[in-house]
Amino acid sequence: MIGYIIRRITYAIPILIGVNLLTFILFFVVNTPDNIARSQLGDKRVTDEAIQSWKQAHGYDKPLLLNTQATGAKKLTHTVFFDKSVRLFAFDFGRSDSGRDIGHDISQRMWPSLAIAVPTLLIGLLVNITFALTIALFRATYFDLWAVVLCVVLLSVSTLFYIIGGQFLLSKMFHLVPISGYDTGFDAAKFLVLPVIIGVIGGIGGGTRWYRTIFLEEISKDYVRTARAKGVSEVRVLFRHVLKNALIPILTGVVVILPLLFMGSLITESFFGIPGLGSYTIDGIQRQDFAIVRSMVFLGSVLYILGLLLTDISYTVVDPRVRLS
Amino acid sequence: MPVFFWTDILIYLLLLLGIGFGLYARRQEHLRSPWRQVLGSRVAMSSLVVLIVYVTIGLLDSLHFRPKLEHGNAEQHANQVLSVFDVLVTPIRTRTEKTYSAPFAAHLFAKETIELPDGRQVRLYPRLVYGGAHLENPTMDKWADILRRTALATAQGLGLWILLCGLFALFWSRNAGLPVSKAVRVLARGDTDARWRAALVTGGVLCVLGWVSAELGTAYHILGTDKVGEDVFYQSLKSVRTGLVIGTLTTLVMLPFAILLGIMAGYFRGWIDDVIQYIYTTLNSIPGVLLIAAAVLMLQVYLDNHAAEFTSIEERADLRLLFLCLILGVTSWTGLCRYLRGESLKLREIDYIQSARALGVGHFTIIARHILPNVMHIVLITVVLDFSGLVLAEAVLSYVQIGVDPTMNSWGNMINSARLEMAREPAVWWSLFAAFVFMFTLVLAANLFSDTVRDAFDPRLRHR
Repeated sequence: MIGYIIRRITYAIPILIGVNLLTFILFFVVNTPDNIARSQLGDKRVTDEAIQSWKQAHGYDKPLLLNTQATGAKKLTHTVFFDKSVRLFAFDFGRSDSGRDIGHDISQRMWPSLAIAVPTLLIGLLVNITFALTIALFRATYFDLWAVVLCVVLLSVSTLFYIIGGQFLLSKMFHLVPISGYDTGFDAAKFLVLPVIIGVIGGIGGGTRWYRTIFLEEISKDYVRTARAKGVSEVRVLFRHVLKNALIPILTGVVVILPLLFMGSLITESFFGIPGLGSYTIDGIQRQDFAIVRSMVFLGSVLYILGLLLTDISYTVVDPRVRLS
Repeated sequence: MPVFFWTDILIYLLLLLGIGFGLYARRQEHLRSPWRQVLGSRVAMSSLVVLIVYVTIGLLDSLHFRPKLEHGNAEQHANQVLSVFDVLVTPIRTRTEKTYSAPFAAHLFAKETIELPDGRQVRLYPRLVYGGAHLENPTMDKWADILRRTALATAQGLGLWILLCGLFALFWSRNAGLPVSKAVRVLARGDTDARWRAALVTGGVLCVLGWVSAELGTAYHILGTDKVGEDVFYQSLKSVRTGLVIGTLTTLVMLPFAILLGIMAGYFRGWIDDVIQYIYTTLNSIPGVLLIAAAVLMLQVYLDNHAAEFTSIEERADLRLLFLCLILGVTSWTGLCRYLRGESLKLREIDYIQSARALGVGHFTIIARHILPNVMHIVLITVVLDFSGLVLAEAVLSYVQIGVDPTMNSWGNMINSARLEMAREPAVWWSLFAAFVFMFTLVLAANLFSDTVRDAFDPRLRHR
């Protein structure tokens, strides 16, 4: 097991280098360091010296990818790309182009993101599983048919409508909760209610339909028939046997997104003005702050790979038949 | 003078491909039977009719030309690019008001200071230039007029529908070899293999709706007007093309990559498999929105630097749309690629492929003759399932300002502007409502249709 994990982590390194290279190229094809310096210094008519000193201060004064003046291995190491990437692997994000400490920002902004993502996930899971189980209980009836149709209908509504509609109804018409914003401590709760509700409702269609398929697949298996043949009641079959076994695919499906919860949701956070990592990323994109975007891409990739690894491990935990090799 | 945008060409290419595939599938029994199953589903037939209507609008809107200018003898063409669809809906395209007005309104949404002939100034809601302009006294006559027009148009729409149904019954009876009277009875009972009755009823509803909105659209702004006074109904119709282009061209772009790389990885294994797996894992681990954002920013800088090369705003917007399809394709091919790799890994060990190899058949022939046809159902299912997700993605991307060009009509841009409109007091809700209705109908139809297609083509689900 330990050996497997170590090997997976070594596999992750070339992927992360690739991710870095790709974001690097994408951003510097557009923005030369001179451009970045100009836009950060603010004025159109900045002097060359000012640009040079800004580039020096922010570490953009070397060639981008290949240093033709250096020799040997230094051709690759004396470059902006190498300097900026190596530190990322030690999770040292450095400073953003506007001078803020990215690592500190991330550690601050991760909490609001989690405060939305975790309740949304948990409540969503509970609601979806309850609905799916109810539908499975009434399978092959008109209730089942119409419930599935309703799921497809819910699924066909854009998230944006849920958000705008929710803000309009709950905040503007009934004044139940604030439209957007955030606060520290327990005062944050009233700002979190609406995003969480909308997140849960937005996920009902897809989630319920998917879990229903999992339940139905489980119901058609032999052990369920055996249980029924023994005379176990339908409800007991569902809760004791089907639910327990169906939780395996459901939970392993959840594990893969667990690490990404840190990243927050881009859309929800920027709509509700929540100072999480999602809105941080959007701000970074819109201000063309390469340092922030690169850090967030790197973090996202690490978390994604971590999610895949956790999924594999969780398979072995819940199902002893699976062996990792 | 005709104008060919890149997306126009590609969309018609896709149409040709679709027709070609249809003709090919007609002759293959293993492809015909799942399609028969699709046509045998009432839901699928209804959704198909809705989709066909959308596609027709999109296709008409993809035939662009520059209209001739009236004045002067010299061959002069306007700078503005129109489409065939624009010409069809000229009444609602050209009749722009000053600013916001509510659906079916006869007055502007905002008060304005107007100077009376005797010099006094009053603040009131001015009459619209076009909406309800034929009414003497809008507050009294408006609803009666709307009701009268609706009733008339419904009758006309129904008449047209009955005519079309009759034509269809005639055609169908000849195909089925039944006398016409019996054919009509069979169709009315809905007792056919393909659910024609469902399709005809949906067609009837759309026919009446279309006729009513065309009739009312010439006299009112049925979905109101936006900030610059443009008819929202027109905008929603124009957005159909944008949504369809994003939903279909993206898949067209991604298919060659996904199929080629996926099959190669699974078939050849070894280092080729490693390289391809590396590529798609890397692409997959970058959060999609970030990749799209970076690419769109890149394009924006390119467009700004090469502004002189584009003759019109439409051309620029079109390039951006195409590019968005490309980049969405790049971020979305990995899923299909992984499926195809897994399937090819399984297929290559199957006896008939092993024996083909033992007989000395070349790799290329094996892939083209034996593997490709056996993974086509996965490709088809993915294409159909992805469509609705892509239409929804367009709206989200436009909201984050990395979607289609802001000058282009799209549901995403409409929703984006609706954010501020909803905050007004009283709220301007009709842009959002229109975008919602049009988008929801398309996505719902696509979802229902794709579910049936998946059930019909997925061998694990078949004949359950």
